[in-house]
Amino acid sequence: MKLHEYQSKRLFAVHGVPIPRGDVATTAQGAGRIAEEMRGPVVVKSQVLVGGRGKAGGIRLAQTPAEAVEMAEAILSLEIKGLPVRKVLVDEAADIQTEIYLGIVVDRANRRAVMMASSEGGVEIEEVARTKPDAIKKVSIDPFLGLRGYQTLGLAKGIGLTEEHTRAFGRIAQGLYKAFQAYDASLAEINPLVVTGDGKLLAVDGKMVIDDNGLFRHPDLAEMRDVDEETPTEQQAREAGLSYVQLEGEIGCMVNGAGLAMATMDIIKHFGGAPANFLDIGGGAKAERVATALRLILEDPNVRAVLFNVFGGITRCDEVAKGILTAFEEVKPTVPLVARLVGTNEAEGRELLNQSEYRLVTATTLAEAAQKAVAAARGELSA
Amino acid sequence: MAILVDKNTRLLVQGITGREGEFHSLQMIEYGTQVVAGVTPGKGGGQACDGQVPVFDTVAEAVAETGANASVVYVPARFAADAILEATDAGIQLIVCITEGIPTQDMVLVRAYLDQKEARLVGPNCPGLLSPGQAKVGIMPGHIATTGSVGVVSRSGTLTYEVVYALTARGIGQTTCVGIGGDPIIGTTFIDVLSLFEDDPLTEQVVLIGEIGGSDEERAARFIAERMSKPVTAFVAGRTAPPGKRMGHAGAIIQGGTGTAEEKIAAFEAVGVRVAEHPEQIADLVAQG
Repeated sequence: MKLHEYQSKRLFAVHGVPIPRGDVATTAQGAGRIAEEMRGPVVVKSQVLVGGRGKAGGIRLAQTPAEAVEMAEAILSLEIKGLPVRKVLVDEAADIQTEIYLGIVVDRANRRAVMMASSEGGVEIEEVARTKPDAIKKVSIDPFLGLRGYQTLGLAKGIGLTEEHTRAFGRIAQGLYKAFQAYDASLAEINPLVVTGDGKLLAVDGKMVIDDNGLFRHPDLAEMRDVDEETPTEQQAREAGLSYVQLEGEIGCMVNGAGLAMATMDIIKHFGGAPANFLDIGGGAKAERVATALRLILEDPNVRAVLFNVFGGITRCDEVAKGILTAFEEVKPTVPLVARLVGTNEAEGRELLNQSEYRLVTATTLAEAAQKAVAAARGELSA
Repeated sequence: MAILVDKNTRLLVQGITGREGEFHSLQMIEYGTQVVAGVTPGKGGGQACDGQVPVFDTVAEAVAETGANASVVYVPARFAADAILEATDAGIQLIVCITEGIPTQDMVLVRAYLDQKEARLVGPNCPGLLSPGQAKVGIMPGHIATTGSVGVVSRSGTLTYEVVYALTARGIGQTTCVGIGGDPIIGTTFIDVLSLFEDDPLTEQVVLIGEIGGSDEERAARFIAERMSKPVTAFVAGRTAPPGKRMGHAGAIIQGGTGTAEEKIAAFEAVGVRVAEHPEQIADLVAQG
């Protein structure tokens, strides 16, 4: 789960990271009032969960409260990469001398958290990794020892910070690691961390991604979820315990297991079709969850055919068939359906589907199922 | 011969009285696995699986009483890290964790602790191990596999079943099928399992099933080039996955342009590993020898 900039920075501040004075508004007038309190130039920043806000006109400098109102109005009417802007953060403008990058991620290869710093602040770290990999300095954090002073000093020197800033940098690095740990983050990032004209360090922008598996420990954070980040379908799927990602093709897929779901999408492409979605109904799915899954697939207007690919293990094919039939009662499918049910209770599952008034095309192998689904989506196959 | 589990494995089930734990324990017993003990705190002194398995409060007690040497973990995600650590401290050598949804930071600690110990962890978020005709530990359906000389290692669950089923249908049997799990931090990697298969005299060929995310497949490709004499056939799921979206597994995500299927396939092909276009084609490639 991604957090907004203002949410991330507030959580960093709890752990001692200095952030600019500022507040959040949902209206242009609200933004103006915050600007008045700041008594000086402010930055009005769209709060949406995508990168590239600046380029899209979603971050603007305002010299006066009146200007802040004007800019907030413009920004609040924007849609950035498909996401509507509903909130703006109004921050006191910082007198920026230099910009640096500071972030922590879980390094899979190393199996521990790694802190990265770079003198190239304000640029996406992936971009720096491509163009100037030597500019990124890293330290690996032993979970039993924590982040040590010598490590933050090494980072500070590595990115060319002068003596006067190394202690402040060390405190900020420690604060960021504490926040990373405290909130079960998979990423915590300050970009840029700036050195101001009066020689202070300030976290001007922040970003945090929380590990969904850790959310049970943070009910307060779970409430911060911005549902705009997901399509309405993805949101319904998450609430039903389904893993769903909308794609742009014409063949709806319902599969049990993430790896098999990806392989099913791939084989559709292999035979000349395009998947409309990734959908994993999970292990041991009951009829109700299957019905929700099918409703979601059929709501997508691009879908020209549906492919069910279920390899029964914990999941029972008859439960899946029941779910499909339940969904048919509510959503009358108008597109061809191809079903491949293999494994636990496959005979019972097929028997149930044969009783349906909707004729399903059946298949034994995955390749056969995919070829039939592709043909069905082109209208070249009838049940 | 098989790797990791065989007919001599004395298995302990952590979370044996839970719904999943008991169901799969019965299936493992039916398959012929020696399930010697179960652990559920607060239920010590009782029995599970229709009176076939004694239940203990702690892993240490179970080990002392039954001589269990391997453990399978079905406990819920929020208690799973503790269960793995408990098994480690009780001297269990092989811990297979089926549980899905363990927080990554818990696994960072668990993995760091295990690195200092002898114990091997397989998983978490994995289907477990299956040595056809000898033992099954976890949740793989036993009937899809048959004895033979192909070793299978996979990051996935049902996709593994699909591939094993296709192999069996072609009359190609397996030594051991290993699901290493789809999480970012896992106990046993492709390389660990490849190395075991390379050393196993009965394994003649290896099938590796990878997916998008991370760089474990690339590291496996390097290992194959440098250390493996046995032929390897691979499949990588997620050619059509869009960047930035998590595809079910916590580990299956293309981030910052890395972890794509194309990169992984190229890494395998560069070292002479045959890469199947779709799961059923793996059996065709393996049949070619």
